[in-house]
Amino acid sequence: MLFHKYASPKVFYALAGRLIPWFAVATLILLGYGLYQGLFVAPPDYQQGESVRIMFIHVPAAWMSMFVYMVMASAGAIGLIWNMRLADMAATASAPIGASFTLLALVTGSLWGKPMWGTWWAWDARLTSELLLFFLYLGFMALQAAIDEPRRAARAGALLALVGVVNIPVIHFSVQWWNTLHQPASISAINKIGTPAIHPSLLVPLLIMAVAFTLFFATVLLMRLRAEILHRERHTGWVAELVKP
Amino acid sequence: MNWSEFFAMGGYGLYVWGSYGMAALVLAFNVLAARRREKNVRRELAAATHLNQAEPE
Amino acid sequence: MATNLVGSVWCVFRRDLLIAARKPADVATLLVFFAIVISLFPLGVGPEPAVLRTLAPGVLWVAALLATMLSLSRLFAADYTDGTLEQLALSPQPLTALVLAKVMAHWVTTGLPLLLLSPLLAIQLYLPAEALGTLLLALLLGTPVLSLIGSIGAGLTLGLRGGGVLLSLLVLPLYTPILIFGAGAVTASATGLDPEAYLSLLGAFLAVALGFAPWATAAALRISLD
Repeated sequence: MLFHKYASPKVFYALAGRLIPWFAVATLILLGYGLYQGLFVAPPDYQQGESVRIMFIHVPAAWMSMFVYMVMASAGAIGLIWNMRLADMAATASAPIGASFTLLALVTGSLWGKPMWGTWWAWDARLTSELLLFFLYLGFMALQAAIDEPRRAARAGALLALVGVVNIPVIHFSVQWWNTLHQPASISAINKIGTPAIHPSLLVPLLIMAVAFTLFFATVLLMRLRAEILHRERHTGWVAELVKP
Repeated sequence: MNWSEFFAMGGYGLYVWGSYGMAALVLAFNVLAARRREKNVRRELAAATHLNQAEPE
Repeated sequence: MATNLVGSVWCVFRRDLLIAARKPADVATLLVFFAIVISLFPLGVGPEPAVLRTLAPGVLWVAALLATMLSLSRLFAADYTDGTLEQLALSPQPLTALVLAKVMAHWVTTGLPLLLLSPLLAIQLYLPAEALGTLLLALLLGTPVLSLIGSIGAGLTLGLRGGGVLLSLLVLPLYTPILIFGAGAVTASATGLDPEAYLSLLGAFLAVALGFAPWATAAALRISLD
């Protein structure tokens, strides 16, 4: 299977090294274009004015927080089932990136909410779900940090991530319900603002930023994987050759 | 292009630039952390190789 | 010595209960903790009945969650240190079934006592009498789920330093749906609405947890023991 060739750390190290520059350049181009579209081309919103531009950071960040968790859980599952160390490394490396996107979503959510709702924090369904997702990331990272033995750490993390994946829809649904339950009518109007009807002019920068963030994630993941491979394979000949001054 | 209007963002300057600034920080942090990790690993490896080479045959 | 599945499950269940019966202090401390946490709220927010009545369902559930959390580490700890756990893992009986037995025994010494004490503490928080029945039913459905999901965390953190706090961090986010619907059921009852939907959902969670959790916990134990 073609797959197996790239599962070899040595081969993947070289491949990643060739891919990183391309991904990095693509990221920069799309980030630039996305910022241009978001800050200059997209018109201000009828209701929210210029603050709607925060959406071009907040929504892609929230999407990434979910996407990276899926990647983390999938990589963990692959590592667990097929005993692939590279997959284990990918799961571990993805976690801090995903956690930082979740934090970004939370902070920008708060900054977007303040002018709209008047408070720095509101327990609306999306922000509350994001917060719980943040805790799930932190739990994964804490569990792996607490286990010294690499194989146990990888497998325990993978199991936790999979349990998390099963629970995320349940948590989402529960928080939705909880939110509609407790909100007086004035705040349910806020929830509508939180999920604006996306006009086409707003959709373009949103999607570009989402792709840019995804490419960014791929770039950083490849960088981290190279470092992890060097570390894991430190006793092999090819690594010794590599680090010779 | 009215730059002062651009920076004011219709009064929402703090929130908009706060968000974009935070995004920049997160992106930068991720890149720097990845770089730092690679640097540390390389340093560890160099130190280990040094020790191996320093052993008298 | 029983060599069939049901026999083994009963054997493990009975053994855990006997061991727990020799340490009544464990259940007593759990209940005292539950009562203390609940007393903290009036001290913190004031004794005004209207306020406490509104907070009561949430407070009761959060206290139950925390009490369950703290008791989770003793689910596998003793058996881990004396090697019994490895023996269970090596036995010809499926580890999933044996885990279910242990978790059921754990619930008898955790969720069940909490459930039994809860009406007393609910009255202290001015919960209306008509909501007490729902409270008991909600806790009856919800606390086993807490033990079941919690056992996954306990399995993953076996023998780790910082075990208790780490376990809390892992498990509390997963507890939030139970909290939402458990407290929701009681609040509904207290405000004269029908708690049926909430209780049905809790029942559904219990059914899914019974099917899924022991298997995940067994996997976690194998990962930790290898």
